[in-house]
Amino acid sequence: MRVYEVLFIIAPNTEESDLEALVTQMSDVITNQGAQVTKVDRMGRRRLAYPIQKFNEGHYVVLTVEGTGAEIAEVERRMRVTDAVIRYITIRIDEDLKRADKLRARRAAHARSGGGGGGGRGRRGDRGAVATVDTAEEEGEE
Amino acid sequence: MSGDTRDEGRRDDRRDDRRDDRGGRGGRRFVRARKSCRFCADKVDYIDYKDGRLLGSYIPERGKILPRRISGTCAPHQRMLASAIKRARNAAILPFATD
Repeated sequence: MRVYEVLFIIAPNTEESDLEALVTQMSDVITNQGAQVTKVDRMGRRRLAYPIQKFNEGHYVVLTVEGTGAEIAEVERRMRVTDAVIRYITIRIDEDLKRADKLRARRAAHARSGGGGGGGRGRRGDRGAVATVDTAEEEGEE
Repeated sequence: MSGDTRDEGRRDDRRDDRRDDRGGRGGRRFVRARKSCRFCADKVDYIDYKDGRLLGSYIPERGKILPRRISGTCAPHQRMLASAIKRARNAAILPFATD
């Protein structure tokens, strides 16, 4: 299962009611494809850093989607043909989140083992050469 | 003496590619506070591209990405930061270029 963040910007001249309709329409497209919208974040009306289609402001909406990837193609197609959506960006975040979790877990393990010396200290003795190589690689990443 | 080292440091910053042949090893010592990675200090695991205020502190007036030789950010965090800034530019949260 992949996690995506679909950010889109709606033109500032859109009516409040149309705005809501548009957001629900987009999340319906996703749910109809068998994926889940786990979070809808309306960031509200914000200034754009540069004009898009001559607009200087826009309504930012972020959908967090859990699915296979097929539904992303469908929403992107829908957004492309919807005039009120002036910009959309999809970012896959599950790998980044996994990495963040890993880093957090390692830090927690570090804190438990007293935080002294190199990473993964407790493991080194009982696992032998393979474990040592493993930790060395992890340190190299950081 | 102190004025001399400061000048040396500045030149060093400007011509980063030539730093190697100038050699930090040749008996010249710099007394400069070591810059540290702010993201490591705050234990940041993921830099969100939507956080315009945070990212904004890493783009100088021109809108470029602040090099890590200036900010002191560590390599993994600089990588995260760079991709976050690039995403934010596409989302019109940060400018591609200013003036």
